[in-house]
Amino acid sequence: MATAIGIVQQVDWDVPEQTGLWSDAWVRFRRNPLAVAGLAVIVVMIVLAIGARLPTNPGGLWHVLHLTGDPVQQEVTNTYALPSLQHPLGTDVLGRDQLSRILYGASISLTIGIVVQFLILIIGGVIGMVAGYFGGWIDNLLMRFTDIMYAFPDLLLVLVFVAAFGPSFWSIFIALGLVYWVGLARLVRGQVLSIKEKEYVEAAIMTGTSPFKLIVKHLVPNSLGPVIVTLTFGIPAAIFTEAALSFLGIGIRPPEPSWGVMIEDGYAGIFADPRQVIFPGIAVALTMLSFTFVGDGLRDALDPRMRR
Amino acid sequence: MRRGALPFLAWIPRGRGTTLAVFIIRRLLWMIPVLFFVIVITFVLMHLAPGGPWDREGKQLTPQVINNLNIKYGLDKPLPQQFLTYIWGVVHFDFGDSLRSPGQHVSQRVLESWPYTFTLGAVTFLLLVPLGIGLGVVAALRQNSVADYAALGLATAAASTPNFVIGIFLIIFLALGMNRLTGGTFYLPTGGMPQPFNPFQVELIMPVITLGALPTAYIARLTRSSTLDTLRQDFVRTAWAKGLKARLVVMRHVLKNSLIPVVTALGPTFAFLVTGSFIVETLFSIPGIGRSFVTSISGRDYTMILGTTILFAVLIAVVNLIVDVLYVFIDPRVRLSD
Repeated sequence: MATAIGIVQQVDWDVPEQTGLWSDAWVRFRRNPLAVAGLAVIVVMIVLAIGARLPTNPGGLWHVLHLTGDPVQQEVTNTYALPSLQHPLGTDVLGRDQLSRILYGASISLTIGIVVQFLILIIGGVIGMVAGYFGGWIDNLLMRFTDIMYAFPDLLLVLVFVAAFGPSFWSIFIALGLVYWVGLARLVRGQVLSIKEKEYVEAAIMTGTSPFKLIVKHLVPNSLGPVIVTLTFGIPAAIFTEAALSFLGIGIRPPEPSWGVMIEDGYAGIFADPRQVIFPGIAVALTMLSFTFVGDGLRDALDPRMRR
Repeated sequence: MRRGALPFLAWIPRGRGTTLAVFIIRRLLWMIPVLFFVIVITFVLMHLAPGGPWDREGKQLTPQVINNLNIKYGLDKPLPQQFLTYIWGVVHFDFGDSLRSPGQHVSQRVLESWPYTFTLGAVTFLLLVPLGIGLGVVAALRQNSVADYAALGLATAAASTPNFVIGIFLIIFLALGMNRLTGGTFYLPTGGMPQPFNPFQVELIMPVITLGALPTAYIARLTRSSTLDTLRQDFVRTAWAKGLKARLVVMRHVLKNSLIPVVTALGPTFAFLVTGSFIVETLFSIPGIGRSFVTSISGRDYTMILGTTILFAVLIAVVNLIVDVLYVFIDPRVRLSD
């Protein structure tokens, strides 16, 4: 007996601390170096983008602090300038400062990428939730509608929407929301259907919980993880689509310096100076890569099957 | 599709062959309402768009000419009537005249540009599937090795770099850079694709890499995770335990099972190739369908936009149907509903 107790005492019981889902997820997220690096890049980029858009005269905070040039000021005698103290990434075909234009473009890409996810969440979340919760003919109708939307190649539908609304920031914004909600609606519907079968939901229904409270207290918190992951992966997709539209000449119009516009401009003059494409190209790729890493990290951190 | 969606077919005898036939017929019938609404949505959006097919840069057409053009192409009629006329035409496989290239049918335009898109897409597809699967399998078999990280890193980078950026970087290095380095004796051409149906031409190298990078990465990542799942299965452990050679374990037991989920990726891969063609053909000035679609959008060529949209919707639906049917034959565990 005594030896048995001794053995039991030697075992190093790993008693997990009481942690909630979110602090637990955060701990696991921090263990992923790529995800943390991605998050750091995004935070830095958001700060830089906000600075570039501050209404300080002239041309944003960074120009006022003499860190960059002015995004719209043209220096016609100083086109295709090499990087210098005054213009850290040189100037473009019209002698405008490249770095400040890239930072200004960051504000457009990040705003579209991130804010569109809220629109997608509202449209896709509500449609998926309603379809899954009520079932029956409502579910059938909504899911057939998503099937129809799914029949379009997504970029094709975005192109047609943007053409319909006219080329502007807001029309791209709305077009992205109206096209990319489909995947999320399907996900939310599936989540709701599976959660509806769980015992605790049955218990809640039996104790007379109102549908509204049921949705807010049970359905929303329990389907939040996969939804957040999907929306995070939606950010690089939206950034890509905006840049692609502007590159095809159907999105944001010059002189507004979106990354897609800069790449299109630079591509037109690629034989004169390839640097005009390289810098905005790296900016798009780096941003999309960072969001992908964060998405990967979130997926691993929020997946209950990965939890120890 | 939902059980009992078409109850009037209930009299057909049950059996694997019948089930499959019913499944295919149902999916084909379901395509009709889908296509109808695809046309409705595209039609409405197109006519909402500001401007019209007769807008010209620089010198504008006179109102009299525009009026006559509208009458000739039926654009003076009320929209519902235009819509019905169009649907009537589509039912008879008549997609109308292109508004921007006078005197040419939409089907004629599509037939002209189709070979370029097909050549590019087919070459890309035939290269990307084995490459993606190979990368994924090697990465999974050597999990957490340098090869794994290299393959995974390459796939992640390819998946999150926009294809037009990849294309432009290729142009900078393989065309501009090589031209400068070799003093003009070697460089890749940056645009055009003079001969369709010829898979061996230097003009194809850069467009194929540009178009294929993203789907290759997608298939590689999918293959890797599916192979890792299979490697952990009991029957694989048994295969190792009974002393089977590594090659046989991999070929006979692992791959046979791990490639099943990859088949489902063929649908999205095809969609990637379609939307990718918009960008790649514009980038490399290839006179294919993708490029003609983009120019018809900005030119408000209503009939071309509608015709191309219908074509792509049908193609994607058919490819998805083929993938679903293939799946039944490949994976004996899968049963069609009903």
